[in-house]
Amino acid sequence: MATEPSPPDAGTAAPVDFTAYQQNPQFKELRKRHRSFVFPMAVFFLLWYFLYVLLASYATDFMSTPVWGNINIGLIMGLLQFVTTFAITMGYVTYANRKLDPIAADIRHELEATAPEVFTEKPGATK
Amino acid sequence: MMPLSLPMQTVESTQVGEPWLNMTIFGLFVAVTLVIVLRASRNTKTAADYYAAGRSFSGPQNGTAIAGDYLSAASFLGIVGAIAINGYDGFLYSIGFLVAWLVALLLVAELLRNTGKFTMADVLSFRLRQRPVRIAAAITTLAVCFFYLLAQMAGAGGLVSLLLGIDDRLGQSLVITVVGGLMILYVLIGGMKGTTWVQIIKAVMLITGAFVMTIWVLAIHNFNLSTLLGAAMETAGNPEIINPGLQYGVSSTSQLDFVSLALALVLGTAALPHVLMRFYTVPTAKEARRSVVWAIWLIGGFYLFTLVLGYGAGALIGADRITAAPGGVNSAAPLLAFELGGPILLGVISAVAFATILAVVAGLTITAAASFAHDIYANVIRKGNLDPDGEVKVARRTVVVIGILSILGGIGAQGQNIAFLVALAFAVAASANLPTILYSLFWKRFNTQGAIWSMYGGLGSAMLLIAFSPVVSGRETSMIQGADFVLFPLNNPGIVSIPLAFFLGWLGSVLAKTTEDPQKQAEMEVRSLTGVGAEKATEH
Repeated sequence: MATEPSPPDAGTAAPVDFTAYQQNPQFKELRKRHRSFVFPMAVFFLLWYFLYVLLASYATDFMSTPVWGNINIGLIMGLLQFVTTFAITMGYVTYANRKLDPIAADIRHELEATAPEVFTEKPGATK
Repeated sequence: MMPLSLPMQTVESTQVGEPWLNMTIFGLFVAVTLVIVLRASRNTKTAADYYAAGRSFSGPQNGTAIAGDYLSAASFLGIVGAIAINGYDGFLYSIGFLVAWLVALLLVAELLRNTGKFTMADVLSFRLRQRPVRIAAAITTLAVCFFYLLAQMAGAGGLVSLLLGIDDRLGQSLVITVVGGLMILYVLIGGMKGTTWVQIIKAVMLITGAFVMTIWVLAIHNFNLSTLLGAAMETAGNPEIINPGLQYGVSSTSQLDFVSLALALVLGTAALPHVLMRFYTVPTAKEARRSVVWAIWLIGGFYLFTLVLGYGAGALIGADRITAAPGGVNSAAPLLAFELGGPILLGVISAVAFATILAVVAGLTITAAASFAHDIYANVIRKGNLDPDGEVKVARRTVVVIGILSILGGIGAQGQNIAFLVALAFAVAASANLPTILYSLFWKRFNTQGAIWSMYGGLGSAMLLIAFSPVVSGRETSMIQGADFVLFPLNNPGIVSIPLAFFLGWLGSVLAKTTEDPQKQAEMEVRSLTGVGAEKATEH
């Protein structure tokens, strides 16, 4: 069984120069790919959500417009929030699997190979 | 449109169904889960086992457990009731609760899994000064858990009056004590592993139950949503029930209040400590991502069911009978179960509702105990000089203390509005935790002073605004009757306290005279994105 090393101070005095590694082109590419997806997507769904909230709160007449039987614009917009949430989830998973995971794994293996004593012996414990 | 006669109109008595049947089904659930918890606990040896279930759950398992943790009594009973009575405005809750998961998926879950170990404070204090940040993060964690716990325990008391026919305060207090005692037992013995299994079983029961009822309600209305809405309008005698604004459209204050609530809901989820802690129970960041994906599908599906169930309760039972029943708004779902499937379905749904409360309470308790034992006791009081066995011992004792406190709090909070208490927990989490989580993951210049200002500023402002809101005084429905010290007009503080906390985090960082170690910032960034050196699963 594994004995858990004493608690965090996570990452104290690691003999790996992370500051230098932060400038590594491969790592910079990973960070760019991550941020260029999650930031615009986060802005988009928050704007879309608040558009919906503001309409439901202040444009009730518009939202009450019947479209089909008793189903009105408000209900359709609400259900569309579900649709976009599911779609963004699927989109992110596809993107992460294709564009983020391989490069993250490369960097991880490279770092673990250069400083095995830091990363493999006692995972996470750098004390 | 089908004519709706109400043959059950005379049933306005204090309870419905067979209390003994309800209790038997619930007892069965307790027996089955207890056996599973006992089996799961055999392998619980280390701190990683106790707090993080040995990081051995798969993404789908953890996603189901997250759904079990998240879909609390407020979600199930509260939202169905809100839709049944306030129509469309109840649906707005569901949307906020679901969309919020995108914040967790895109910005928080994987990065957190890669940098932390057991608690939220592990991540927040990674590159900042340990002591002050850990203390602040532990305080906000305990505050959020406490409000959430109170809501669940108060919900348990309310549910009892309907399901078991126990109306008096003493009887309800007794049931709260039993629920609390069971929860202590689960968490004490089973740790995170036992808690997780309870949540998984509960999620499966809850979602299956809601699915069956949804199909049933739809079948009655020819699988036509429009027909269902028409029936709800007819029973309510008010066509406005399908339009927004019935609850929040009454004044400009209530409109603003709704925007404030929406903000707290969407930003609160990714900052709930008991949700964050679940990401440590999987072996890798990729599994953390899969967890969130599973959780989003399950939770999204469930909220779609609640839409049908809410309007179904509105159509088949009607707002008048729901509000007249003991348990009020919260009784819509159980009453609908009785209407559809008689005492047996009511018994099953009641057992599910109890299981819901039990599972959520267990998750909150282990989070609060981990935060105290790991952050405050081991890292601050003992300065890290405590072996893991000693830490788990402290955590177990904390579980008992928190359990007793929440039983007492639950007895005191009887009759309080569950949905309000949960929304309050969301607002406090979004104000106190989210800015610091996001800044420390994404903003290089963020520092200790910014974190401290943001966390205490967010927590303090949220609590103060609540104390001076109409929720606490000044109205017939307020907590304190006969007093009026309202200074803040809104029920939910989010619209003020959340931007304020973001602002304070920025201001504190910019004004700080000391700078943080750039090496630590670099290390956190590299670790968070690549998962290098992240905590791995323990082997048994």
